[in-house]
Amino acid sequence: MLSRIAESLFWIGRYVERADNTARLLDVHLNVLLEDPWVDEPSANASLLTVMNCKYEMPVSRRDVLATLALDRNQSSSIAWTLGAARENARRAREVISTEVWESLNTTRNQLPRWASAARPHEYFVWVRERAAVVWGLHSATTSRDDAWHFMELGRSLERADMIARLLMTRHLEGTTGPNWTTLLRSCSAHEAYLRTVRSLVTEERAAEFLLIDKLFPRSIAYSLQKAEDTLGLIEGASRSRALSDRARLALGRARTNLEYRDVRDVLAELPAQMRDVQSACATASDLIRDRYFLPASTVLWSQEAL
Amino acid sequence: MTASQHTPWTGYQPSQAWDEAMDLHGSVREPYSRVYAEIDRMSGDDLFSRAEALASTYLAQGVTFDHAGEERPFPLDIVPRVVGADEWDIISPGVAQRVKTLEAFLTDVYGSQHCVNDGLVPRRLIATSQYFYRAAAGIDPANGVRIHVSGIDLVRDQHGIWRVLEDNVRVPSGVSYVLSNRRAMSQMFPDMFGAMGVRPVLEYSQRLRSALAKSAPEDVDDPTIVVLTPGVFNSAYYEHSLLARTMGVELVEGRDLETHNGRVYMRTTAGRQRVDVIYRRVDDDFLDPVAFRPDSALGAPGLIHAARQGNVTIANAVGNGVADDKLIYTYMPDLTRYYLGEEPILPNVDTWRLEEKEAREEVMDRLDELVVKPVDGAGGKGVTIGPKTSAEELAKVRAQILRDPRGWIAQPVVQLSTVPTLTEDGLEPRHVDLRPFAINDGDDVWVLPGGLTRVALARGQLIVNSSQGGGSKDTWVLGGVRQRGASTPPPESRIELAGLGAVPQGAHPDDATHDQQQQQQQQQGGGSC
Repeated sequence: MLSRIAESLFWIGRYVERADNTARLLDVHLNVLLEDPWVDEPSANASLLTVMNCKYEMPVSRRDVLATLALDRNQSSSIAWTLGAARENARRAREVISTEVWESLNTTRNQLPRWASAARPHEYFVWVRERAAVVWGLHSATTSRDDAWHFMELGRSLERADMIARLLMTRHLEGTTGPNWTTLLRSCSAHEAYLRTVRSLVTEERAAEFLLIDKLFPRSIAYSLQKAEDTLGLIEGASRSRALSDRARLALGRARTNLEYRDVRDVLAELPAQMRDVQSACATASDLIRDRYFLPASTVLWSQEAL
Repeated sequence: MTASQHTPWTGYQPSQAWDEAMDLHGSVREPYSRVYAEIDRMSGDDLFSRAEALASTYLAQGVTFDHAGEERPFPLDIVPRVVGADEWDIISPGVAQRVKTLEAFLTDVYGSQHCVNDGLVPRRLIATSQYFYRAAAGIDPANGVRIHVSGIDLVRDQHGIWRVLEDNVRVPSGVSYVLSNRRAMSQMFPDMFGAMGVRPVLEYSQRLRSALAKSAPEDVDDPTIVVLTPGVFNSAYYEHSLLARTMGVELVEGRDLETHNGRVYMRTTAGRQRVDVIYRRVDDDFLDPVAFRPDSALGAPGLIHAARQGNVTIANAVGNGVADDKLIYTYMPDLTRYYLGEEPILPNVDTWRLEEKEAREEVMDRLDELVVKPVDGAGGKGVTIGPKTSAEELAKVRAQILRDPRGWIAQPVVQLSTVPTLTEDGLEPRHVDLRPFAINDGDDVWVLPGGLTRVALARGQLIVNSSQGGGSKDTWVLGGVRQRGASTPPPESRIELAGLGAVPQGAHPDDATHDQQQQQQQQQGGGSC
């Protein structure tokens, strides 16, 4: 597979997953603002934007948050921009992805202007999640399990681990008590799965464990990291130069085992720091993957005079 | 249905030019009878709503072109253009003959130049052609083919005679619209489509792929073919990706390619992979910064060297532009007789060569009634239509010609034929041309049945290029049914194995009885309340 195409596929995976998770995260946040009577809204908003690494000016209103993270097509942090970027990447890799996936991404982008105002944000978030599900469903139903599949899945699982880590960081927003664990489970579509697995009411430790290290639930951090590691192994296959890809797997594996083999109470005690470690592991892996697969081995510079 | 009722055809006035659907007395020409009847049964609103549906499917599929930075659906008109089987029997061999002539001419020009030595074409004409590349002289194509794909632009004059307007043998574009127009239209008019026996166009990609494979360097068994695109911002990007996708080959940009020791490779996630055939959609000038423009970032350095070594095939070949120069065009009928020993099947449009003194003098007097074109133009750029141009602008054109007579030709105004087209005011005649596409695989020239019909959407407009606000029509070549009838499958090839049984159902076998019992239970429960 061409390096350029592989990079596009990787980023389609990341962007679509990011749009999905940003929608979930914002939905939780708006919910918290409504339900917490003692909320200090500007500082809660500001701290959410910090979690998402966005710049802001105090005071941050609800409208600012929605513009920055959901609607403004000119800000690279917003869902609207992300979906547009996914579609542009799909256009570049048009001959590799299936027609169905292309059309679903293209239609999504074409329908974005309908949601330009923030009148009913919840409906917008539901729509975003549905569109992401359509893309993944078609992708899964129409793509051969070759490198085209692997690179998209790789981007997707890295992004998911990263975004779930950010979502858990919102437990410690300033100015509010943050979302309770039931809300967090719900926003990850994990509430029913949790109840069936744990068979008890939601307690902090069990819920945190479920979202951090459950081995079977596809939205736990450890599951996503494991998936990314496995996918890297499949991409590498039998080829020889594996140093860089092994370093990527190393970073991911270390982050995963750190969560798995640590007492969940210790993790909860320093949750923001732990979640930041997960994010930096994902960023490191992403850089290593870029160096290994997407950049040319050596850049040939051409100058006419040299002849 | 009575004649007095209002149909989309009410008020349709065939133009003074050749109208392909209707003669001047208003009776429908035979190939169009079925299309006429189908549209006659619709209401005007129905026709408009179908046209809207067409545009929205194109938007969803991304069949768009960039217009001032905005993506617009490629305009496809709802009324198909129909070409009768008897007409196609002239066009198809005519186009093939034309391509063979062009091919022979190119081989000659980049070889021993017999046509010059025999006094047929002046040497200075070739030497001064902007697209005659000395760099291409020594590159012998593996199976002798230089024009793998060509688009020969045809027009129909006021007497209904098909004429060649232009040859395109560099990187002719538009075939993707033929393929996607067909897909959209066959969904829109399924009944009419099947009943009329329209010849299919879908095999184009397979034909192209096999022609490219045949042109691979000699020692390659299973060639790696790529399509080279300038990139996603090119206006024809949709076409490049569609061709790559339907041929099942990689779509590469210049930066994906690198050359080492006269071999071409593409950069993949598994390292370098050798490339054997490049179907390039990048202009000659940009192909190789070593041989041509040093500032080009669209090609790959060393491509021409690799081609000269015979390690890679570039399709279409470099330097083909010398053959579709509009001055060479005027020599084409003579060249057909010279190389093939045949009379040309499709005539040219009469053309004055402005570098000849007598012709120039005659044209200068009649500039206001002629069409003047630059010899190397494409896309309708620089064309001046005399009757529609102010005296002031004509004076400018005159000065331009006198400065560079080699750069211009003049032609009489050809009243292009018209076809009914849906406009804001309903159906009206609009001028069209036709670009059939031909593929040369070295053994045979195959002409895609139909081709791209471009239509000028403004009333009276004669320039049909999409960059000048033109649209397109699906072109239906009749006569497919007869072929199908000839190849009825023999009885022994019928399917004899029936399916294994009814489609399995996953319902639990006891569900049905349980269901009944549960319902009874509820009824009893309800009764006891």
